[in-house]
Amino acid sequence: MASDTVTDVPARTSRLRSMPRGTVTMLVVPPVIVASVFLVYVVWRQTATLDSIEESQLAWPTVWKLLGEHVRLTVVSALAVVAIAVPAGVLLTRGRARIAAPLVVAVANTGQAAPSIGLIALLAMWRGYGFWTGVIALTLYGLLPVLRNTITGLQGVDPTLKEAGRGLGMSATGVLLRVELPLAGPVIMAGVRTSLVLVVGTAALATFIDAGGLGAIITTGISLLKVSLMVWGAVLIALLALLVEWLGRLLELFTRPKGV
Amino acid sequence: MTTDQPEVSGAEIALENVTKRYPGQKAAAVDGLTLTIPAGEIVMFVGPSGCGKTTSLKMINRLIEPSSGTIRIGGQDVRQQGENELRRQVGYVIQGGSLFPHMTVAKNIALVPKLLGWDADRIEQRVVDLLDLVGLDPAKYRGRYPRELSGGQQQRVGVARGLAADPPVILMDEPFGAVDPITRQRLQDELLSIQRELRKTIVCVTHDIDEAIKLGDRILILREGAEVAQYDTPENVLAAPADDFVSDFVGSGSTLKQLSLARVSSIELADRPTAWVGESTGEVVARAEAEGHDAVVVLDDRGRPLGWPWLRQLRGHDRVPSYDAEKLNTLDSRATLNDALDTMLTSSHGAAVVTGDRDQYLGVISFEAVTDHMRQLEREAAAHGE
Repeated sequence: MASDTVTDVPARTSRLRSMPRGTVTMLVVPPVIVASVFLVYVVWRQTATLDSIEESQLAWPTVWKLLGEHVRLTVVSALAVVAIAVPAGVLLTRGRARIAAPLVVAVANTGQAAPSIGLIALLAMWRGYGFWTGVIALTLYGLLPVLRNTITGLQGVDPTLKEAGRGLGMSATGVLLRVELPLAGPVIMAGVRTSLVLVVGTAALATFIDAGGLGAIITTGISLLKVSLMVWGAVLIALLALLVEWLGRLLELFTRPKGV
Repeated sequence: MTTDQPEVSGAEIALENVTKRYPGQKAAAVDGLTLTIPAGEIVMFVGPSGCGKTTSLKMINRLIEPSSGTIRIGGQDVRQQGENELRRQVGYVIQGGSLFPHMTVAKNIALVPKLLGWDADRIEQRVVDLLDLVGLDPAKYRGRYPRELSGGQQQRVGVARGLAADPPVILMDEPFGAVDPITRQRLQDELLSIQRELRKTIVCVTHDIDEAIKLGDRILILREGAEVAQYDTPENVLAAPADDFVSDFVGSGSTLKQLSLARVSSIELADRPTAWVGESTGEVVARAEAEGHDAVVVLDDRGRPLGWPWLRQLRGHDRVPSYDAEKLNTLDSRATLNDALDTMLTSSHGAAVVTGDRDQYLGVISFEAVTDHMRQLEREAAAHGE
């Protein structure tokens, strides 16, 4: 045995090497696009002659501040989404609550079908303007993908594996934490990524209720008929969305359990 | 058959008037099953699908709760302890292995010992021992993930996982149903070899009567509602089926079935020249030729057969090379003559290599030896008939 084991190292490859080429492309291309478009913006910003409105709206401190607000809205809402939707999804796949799952998904579906601007406006009438109202609206808006994927992911775990876990003497909670959630992980993370992209885009509307974000540049552009502001505001949000989607993919990749 | 019987480490299982009724169904799935499974034996549950054999099995570790009746393991009512505690003391092996795909082989096997709170060193040692027992090189396989294993290897790990906490009782649910026939035969042989060493109480569900005859110390044949049609040794089931249902189920051609009863160990094995990996080829060839053979059985440093090359294949090497044991179809000494014939058909030698405990090389069984044995059986049967 001793003689032949040295060369026979267990088949273990790095995550990157074991990935199909398509996945590698998906991981390399978006940051390149984001960086190059952002470079175009920087060049335009430094060379074009801007009037005073453009000058103030696209001043670097202003852009950074708006970007910071946008990211904060997104991150806080996404965390709230995960904190609510994952446990809810877990509950809706246990015992008797299972029956309620289609109903809850239907309600969440309706929520997402409602126009986001309407949802935000309604919430503002009830809760008043400000950051936290924005967070509530975005959270509601982003719940569905994570909830649906948590339920789908957990339902997709091979029932014989769950029974094997119980049959070996694991508790129901043990099976959930050590078998079901790890195996449903990739599906749940895909939901989180979808939700992040939704929230980042919708956060552009938060400016209507004084919750901040890059949407401010676009609205200023609309009210003052400044095409450059509208275009660049939209481009900046799109770049952020691309970047967030890319981060989501990374997260998905690195939370995927090995061996699956 | 075996001369040295190791100590029985199994426990007796007693089912007493056990019934399982599902709500909304008229007929009970299991209706008043009473059964004693002696410690240290393999009992096979067979019967048509829907006869309640799997339900009966799962009631033993309470994956299914009986509606009424009692089940005792080693005299203790299974309902006296928590279900999780109970299951940690009852091994469970499932079709295809049902390994957790996100855990390595070592983690899968270590699962129950971890639940039982064993310390890390003890678990480590146990994993190595078990992989060795089921014929997988620990250094090579412990760090692998299930998808990096073949179906047969996964099933072996599944068996190792079921044995991990050294439970007195092991339940198997169609354990070898998902693998190809040759692998299945090997796994069955291995199970018999393991059982020879451990002497657990094993309850195994199968739909394959040949598997039941081969593995079982006793066979339980069930009909609808888990009604016992016959509960007896394979010999008696074949010789004296209780009724038409049993004889239909066991199938025709029971003289051919006798081949499933006779074991390789009942035939005298032939000696063949052997060689160790790394030995000088010249000496090996000279030795084999002196004995008048044109092939040698190559063994590893633990005496397990790896390959069976012809001498002309060896001549190209200075030293005896290592072979992939996966490619050599060996027979356990507990394998049936049926298996032996199957294995010989795939071998260019018209014979098969036979192994004993822990895959140790025992000898070679030849086609002529099997046919001689069959002819003798026929003569005996004829003499008996006159």
